[in-house]
Amino acid sequence: MADASLGLWTVPLAVFGGAIRVSTPFLFVSLGECITERSGRINLGLEGTLVMGAMSAYGISYLSGSPWLGVLAAGITGALFGALHAGICSLPRVNDIAVGIALMLLGTGLAFFLGKPLIEPTAARLPAIDFGWWSDVPQLRAALRINVLFLIGVAIAPLLYWAFRTTRWGLLIRTAGESADAARAMGHSVLLIRLRATMVGGFLAGIGGSFLSLFYPGSWNEGLSSGQGITAVALVIFARWDPMLCLWASLAFGGAAALGPALQSVGVTSGYHLFNAAPYILTLAIMIITCSPKRTLTGAPAELSITR
Amino acid sequence: MTTEAAESVEAAGVAPAADPGFLQRYGASIEYILIPGAALVGALAVFGGFIALYGKNPLDLYFYMYYGAFGTWFSWQNTLTRAAPLILTALCTALPAQLGMVIIGGEGALLIGALSATSAALALQGAAPIVVQIAMVIAGMIGGGLWITLSGGLRQYRGVNETISSLLLVYIALAILNHLVEGPMRDPASLNKPSTREIGAANMIGSIPGTDVHWGLVFGLVAAVAAYILIYHTTFGFAARVAGGNIRAAKIVGLSVGKLILTVCFLAGSSAGLAGMIEVAAVQGRTNANLAAGYGFTGILVAFLARQNPLAIIPVAILLGGISASGGLLQRRLGLPDASVLVLQGIIFVFVLASDALYGRIGFLKGKT
Repeated sequence: MADASLGLWTVPLAVFGGAIRVSTPFLFVSLGECITERSGRINLGLEGTLVMGAMSAYGISYLSGSPWLGVLAAGITGALFGALHAGICSLPRVNDIAVGIALMLLGTGLAFFLGKPLIEPTAARLPAIDFGWWSDVPQLRAALRINVLFLIGVAIAPLLYWAFRTTRWGLLIRTAGESADAARAMGHSVLLIRLRATMVGGFLAGIGGSFLSLFYPGSWNEGLSSGQGITAVALVIFARWDPMLCLWASLAFGGAAALGPALQSVGVTSGYHLFNAAPYILTLAIMIITCSPKRTLTGAPAELSITR
Repeated sequence: MTTEAAESVEAAGVAPAADPGFLQRYGASIEYILIPGAALVGALAVFGGFIALYGKNPLDLYFYMYYGAFGTWFSWQNTLTRAAPLILTALCTALPAQLGMVIIGGEGALLIGALSATSAALALQGAAPIVVQIAMVIAGMIGGGLWITLSGGLRQYRGVNETISSLLLVYIALAILNHLVEGPMRDPASLNKPSTREIGAANMIGSIPGTDVHWGLVFGLVAAVAAYILIYHTTFGFAARVAGGNIRAAKIVGLSVGKLILTVCFLAGSSAGLAGMIEVAAVQGRTNANLAAGYGFTGILVAFLARQNPLAIIPVAILLGGISASGGLLQRRLGLPDASVLVLQGIIFVFVLASDALYGRIGFLKGKT
């Protein structure tokens, strides 16, 4: 098949490929936030965590030459930011939403500060697995070059779903999220459960950031993340705190985000910026449709300040 | 002898503070100054340590920060120029906060306000400057006001969380601005930096006589005082604070909470929209991506540091304006990246929020012995 004969088929193909590529950060951040929110706390700071993760992954990958060390560093950075969030929130009368906003600012500021010398050099990037070897359509092959992190993210979603339902830890997190008093009565420290849940959430969000700088778009600059973190937090609400729904929602958002570049590649350049805003408009539209002022959302952890 | 005298004077100065009646009356007010002040000092200390790790002398840092913010008449003017939009964007967070809402979308309202104001000016080319300026103020305030009212309405009628929706609207506003600036509203002459056409030198609002500080500062001061009077000295403000304290009680006494939310959100957004109008009419002269300079986000910090009090916003905005004004000097003299101001702002924010835990817990301020 020749290149030109694809014609307008390049758009759905690019959206499909984009859905896989662009959705990975959404997936990791939303799964991480899902854990945190199930424990009864909301961490809006994951936007900052995502950027910090992207910066530290790029830096470590550049210094060590191993992108996987970079991914690990991003996760650890994210966990530290999670610990900071949980630590401040465990003080009395501190609002978790406000702390999230503060960490959003601190995370982006710190990443820009420390990442200044990283804009020039090129770091080792994450490898991709070529699932399109059987095809000779270059666009299809490009769409099917899938990163391992995406596959890991896809595997984590059902794992979390299972863990929330059947494991001791899943039950503890859900208890802390549904009724802090009940968890306390069972003799568990709610603050400690939430600290761990926020750290794990930060770890996953950091890894989501490493995907941005080490695979797609695959470089470090200050415009790397523009609201993916906050979109993913909103996505958890839309997904009703269900890890499997987080997966499907992330794929849909990835597709929406890939729409602008895909249309641009076939020559539709007018409205480029508006198409780039598609994920935000989609998030807002979905929140408008699924929320209701009359009742709290089904599946919402009762301790969550955002739904109360 | 002299030291003894000085000590006794000092003791006399301290004497009222030792009187429990004084503390009972003013202890809470002192807390509102002492605790954020301590948080600020703590944040500066941590930032100094961070800079020391980076291999720079923290004392140099403090000196250049002071010098770049308040050291000379020039830096004072720079500081006040930056404080003007900060006062207005801080009001965008502080007004809804009276109702218990956390709005963080001031940046979006600023951009939409700037676009509306520019459109008004371009539509009225040829009219008398004062007409154009008044039209720009009105358009900017309505544009920004409706933008935040959108968040308020979604919260009231659909139960959508206003924090997230207002932040999403920032990105949507930026996309709309980029789209219009690069497409329908683009000045063909702007090659490297896509911009709208200029509003015209005659329509700029100019500087306060004798200074380089533009009139936007006066707009900001008036808005802050008006917001203070509205919240603390009118029945409307009282109703808003009742609703913010307890929504159910407000409904029982017959307050229309929905109307309160929409009105307050409109006022908040129009304040940030006015900031956008000022940035166009006093600084940029046109609309382009330069307007997304982060005033909306720093405004959130100003509002929290001022504990959502419109009058306290004025000094805090000047302080934060000073920090951002000193950024250039830190870059030139100490070779620090321009993001250092962002880092400091983030650290201050974290300290201020953590210090919330201290209220009512400082023993000697409770007026008990």
